[in-house]
Amino acid sequence: MTDAALVADVAIWLFGGGSVVAAWLVFRTDSMVRAAYWLLASFVAVGMVMVLLQARFLGLVLVLMMAGEMTIMAAFMVMFMMNPAGLNPMSMVHQHTTAKVAGVVAFAGLAFVGLVAEFPDRPVDPASEPTAELGEELLGDSMLIFETAGVTLLATMIGAIAIAGKRGRFGNAQEGSAPPPVDPDAPAGPDAHPSPMHGGHGGHGGMHH
Amino acid sequence: MELQLLLVVSAALFGIGVYGALSQQTFVMIMMGIELMLNGAMLAGVALWGVSGAGAPKGQLLIVIILTVMAVEAALGFALVIGIFRTRQADMTEMLDELQG
Repeated sequence: MTDAALVADVAIWLFGGGSVVAAWLVFRTDSMVRAAYWLLASFVAVGMVMVLLQARFLGLVLVLMMAGEMTIMAAFMVMFMMNPAGLNPMSMVHQHTTAKVAGVVAFAGLAFVGLVAEFPDRPVDPASEPTAELGEELLGDSMLIFETAGVTLLATMIGAIAIAGKRGRFGNAQEGSAPPPVDPDAPAGPDAHPSPMHGGHGGHGGMHH
Repeated sequence: MELQLLLVVSAALFGIGVYGALSQQTFVMIMMGIELMLNGAMLAGVALWGVSGAGAPKGQLLIVIILTVMAVEAALGFALVIGIFRTRQADMTEMLDELQG
């Protein structure tokens, strides 16, 4: 094994292990903004593994895409969530035992298959150019698939705007909406915050327009 | 050996994602769990493509499709978060315990 290959192998393990640790920290940190950035760290680590495995273009696309998405996610945490900074530590989980068991079973089952199944040993030819091959595939034989992905994204954009728009399908989306009660036992409703500072709609989370 | 360890790493990412998607109460945190599952699937795909698939271009195409799924999931997830917040002022699953709105 040459020195360069050894360095690449060590880097793959460091990034692979790092991606798992960062993924675990996503659900272990109190701050949701930090959780978004731990998730970004996990994606960056996987992107680096992809680059080291010769999928250079896709690895870098993943890093770019996730950097944008996690920034949006962090902004969403601040806009919508009750406790985005984790300054007031509280448990935000439900059905914890079921979730743990499901996660462990999913991991154990997939890891078992990965360890037991026999795959052919056919690494990427170092002399090949995967990025050029991907480009020719996307705009050649598989152009229809590529175009379908593009149309899917367009439909997603239209659907997302239709769902999120202030004017919903059935009129004003905020019509009849109820702010959450400050006291968990109190009924929710437009009058849940009687003070003039918080009266009416959108008293929580900066949704004024 | 390299492939098997990479598949174990991707299984770990998927398992953590399953745990997160099932255990979290906040919508955006549930989305993070789903993204982690896709992350694991993508790593497994790239590992198989790079170590066992001889670098076939269609393997990369599959990863492009997973990236598309991630983008669709994120866009619709954020749209639903906004939509639910507008109608129910809710940011947690427990706030949505009835269908009629």
